[in-house]
Amino acid sequence: MYGRTARAAAARLLAHRSPWASEDSAAAGLKRVPLGTFPWEPHAPTRHASRCLLLSTCTSGGGVRSMSQTTLDPGESKKFEALANKWWNEQGEFSALHAMNDLRVPFVRDNLLNVHGGRQAGRPLSGLRILDVGCGGGLLTEPLGRLGADVTGIDPVEDSVRTAELHSSFDPVLRERVRYRVCTLEELAEEEAEAFDAIVASELVEHLLDVDFFIGCCHRALKPGGALFITTINKTNVSYALGIVVAENILRIVPRGTHDWEKFVTPEDLERALEASGFQVKSIRGMLFNPLSGSWSWVQSTAVNYALYAVKQNEELRGDGAETPGDRKEQEEARGTGDSRNSGPGHG
Amino acid sequence: MLRGTLLVARAAALRRAPPAAACGNRSREARAGGGQLYDIIISGGGMVGTAMACSLGMDPNLEGKKILLLEAGNKKVMDKAPEAYSTRVSSISPGSANLLSGIGAWDHIVNMRCKPYQRMQVWDACSDALITFDKENLEEMSYVVENDVVVAALTKQLDSLSGQVEVQYRTKVVKYTWPRSYQAADSIPWVQVTLANGETLQTRLLIGADGPNSMVRREAGIPAVKWNYDQSAVVAVLRLSEVTENNVAWQRFLPTGPLAMLPLSDTESSLVWSTSHRHAEELLELDEESFVDAINSAFWSNENHSELVETAGSLFRTALSFLMPTGTSARQLPPSVAGIGPKSRVMFPLGMGHASEYIRHRVALIGDAAHRVHPLAGQGANLGFGDVACLTKVLSQAVFNGKDLGAMQHLLEYETERQRHNLPMMAAIDLMKRLYSTNAAPVVLLRTLGLQATNAVPPLKVSPPPDYMALCSKRAYNFHGHEL
Repeated sequence: MYGRTARAAAARLLAHRSPWASEDSAAAGLKRVPLGTFPWEPHAPTRHASRCLLLSTCTSGGGVRSMSQTTLDPGESKKFEALANKWWNEQGEFSALHAMNDLRVPFVRDNLLNVHGGRQAGRPLSGLRILDVGCGGGLLTEPLGRLGADVTGIDPVEDSVRTAELHSSFDPVLRERVRYRVCTLEELAEEEAEAFDAIVASELVEHLLDVDFFIGCCHRALKPGGALFITTINKTNVSYALGIVVAENILRIVPRGTHDWEKFVTPEDLERALEASGFQVKSIRGMLFNPLSGSWSWVQSTAVNYALYAVKQNEELRGDGAETPGDRKEQEEARGTGDSRNSGPGHG
Repeated sequence: MLRGTLLVARAAALRRAPPAAACGNRSREARAGGGQLYDIIISGGGMVGTAMACSLGMDPNLEGKKILLLEAGNKKVMDKAPEAYSTRVSSISPGSANLLSGIGAWDHIVNMRCKPYQRMQVWDACSDALITFDKENLEEMSYVVENDVVVAALTKQLDSLSGQVEVQYRTKVVKYTWPRSYQAADSIPWVQVTLANGETLQTRLLIGADGPNSMVRREAGIPAVKWNYDQSAVVAVLRLSEVTENNVAWQRFLPTGPLAMLPLSDTESSLVWSTSHRHAEELLELDEESFVDAINSAFWSNENHSELVETAGSLFRTALSFLMPTGTSARQLPPSVAGIGPKSRVMFPLGMGHASEYIRHRVALIGDAAHRVHPLAGQGANLGFGDVACLTKVLSQAVFNGKDLGAMQHLLEYETERQRHNLPMMAAIDLMKRLYSTNAAPVVLLRTLGLQATNAVPPLKVSPPPDYMALCSKRAYNFHGHEL
């Protein structure tokens, strides 16, 4: 039993939503073209191209879906597909992700309840709209739906969304409260601006090419005062040692190349990026997976995994008016180097 | 190494998967005619199943969940206890009384009939060794309650929860169909319950509370370890020869098996006499007067005493009283029996059983379906109520965390917690049963010294055990030198 959980644990710690998939050339190739290659050059070609693409998909809807996975490294999405049908095996590869619900569901629930108050016994989150970004097979989407929230799960990987849809289709309660869509955050933010009481992005940020752009989209989709919940891996020596060296090279629990440590984000950087984009960070808490018990617990140290809760500030409080992803882009460009540091390999 | 253990774990996980033959229904069937989907179906409306239904129905986190109790028998309604006592009684521990009080059934029990007892005395037929437990604190009191009274009180309480819990009496289940352990493309993910009337229900979680021969357990393919003691129990309602306070539970270990007298009222007690099948049959055939004589002599006789043990025991006792002058308590004598209640004499075979697993994907067993113990002091119910309290806590938390009610993760928590509690209890009872089934001098000596030491050492008796089971385990540990 411990072996299984240990393996899953490491997989969780390191693989997150990524599967065992091989080091396919696309992924490997992409990693060699990181955005941050030219950290001092805000108009670096890759970055610029991707930004344009993002904007174009916003207007052209689903037509360019295959090209719209721009906030997600395309190589990485491929790896998920092979495993989409394994999402729901509680004891399978994703067992640690299932187990993580013990922390992240209460984290979301309690912070929302603090603001909104318990609305209805048995359905504490009823009446709230939540967006689950990178929902995968719906592991986190379903629990939030069961708590009474009206949840939209989005993921650019069609197989995962189909798995999630199939899984919830048998359940009359979830059918009412949970919807899934194959789309990107920027598409949805365009369609449903200021529509959500909360956005949940669990184990997503470490796979993103451009965290700032992601934050901008979240800002757009959230109602004023809305909550943003993020869980991810820190960028520390410990996470490098556990995540890449131990898991990928020594134990080989996770195939080499599953994670790109360079994309990991430190809580400090994430907080800075959020505060710069109109969010107020309320709390950051460390999370630790115990491979022996197969369970997660809250810890002081944020050295490996952490959860973050931020609130979208009211516009008047910020004093710089409304903002769109386009504005964000200009702001970022104006700030120059400041925000590309998260993804630049030179800053490891 | 990790991988090796991983394989083992995987194999274990696979074994937990329900038999494949039961799977394979197509989703279209499910959607077309699958029947109503419940959140929880409880199969079996005895003491434990009905308590489970009440307990779930009263939990605030489970508000709005669809809960159904299925019972094959009739609804048991009782406003006032009948004049004659029933022979099937349970000793309700303070923990169980707490649970029953928490779900609102305790008041109904008190309004009908129950008998608290403050003291328990256990002694050995082969020596003068004894142990007594005094319950001075009223909150720590145990009660003798007829099983029928418990069921009626719970049923009454369940009636008041009709908005939360649906109940179907006289409903027999003919088939359970198990889902795969996780979503496979097209199969129904719920447990399907086919009723004798042809109707099929679906549920996220099935709770098997259907007794020692649990159909849920059998159909789920959960193996159970069972063994018979080659013994039967003779039960009867006893009329005492005089009015007494009658607030002591008596228990004597004879070489043929334990004999217990539990108070019912000032003038009546309940007898549970475990003995060989043949002896039990003989007892059943005796006329009333001889039967009463047999009981009195079983409680009073010294014929099994051996001189060696007597001497050793009294030396030891002297030594103890020298060391701890106030440590040993005086031996009391049980009341003598004058007669038995009409037609109250019944016998039934004794057995013990334990399910190797209490849970499967979307299934949990509670009460006798999971574990059957020697019924001599009516303790089966306490283990069952313990299951109810634990499973309610686990499910309530699971719902508040947005979990699928039938998921393995939290059900495993229930299984682990209860097996950790139940198994030592069962082992202790079994060990004690075997220990006391002999009159071989060394064993008798050992248990004599054990009893006397336990009785004399104050820390052991500081908090009286809530029930007989606790007593058993304490003594068993004692004999093995564990954790004294």
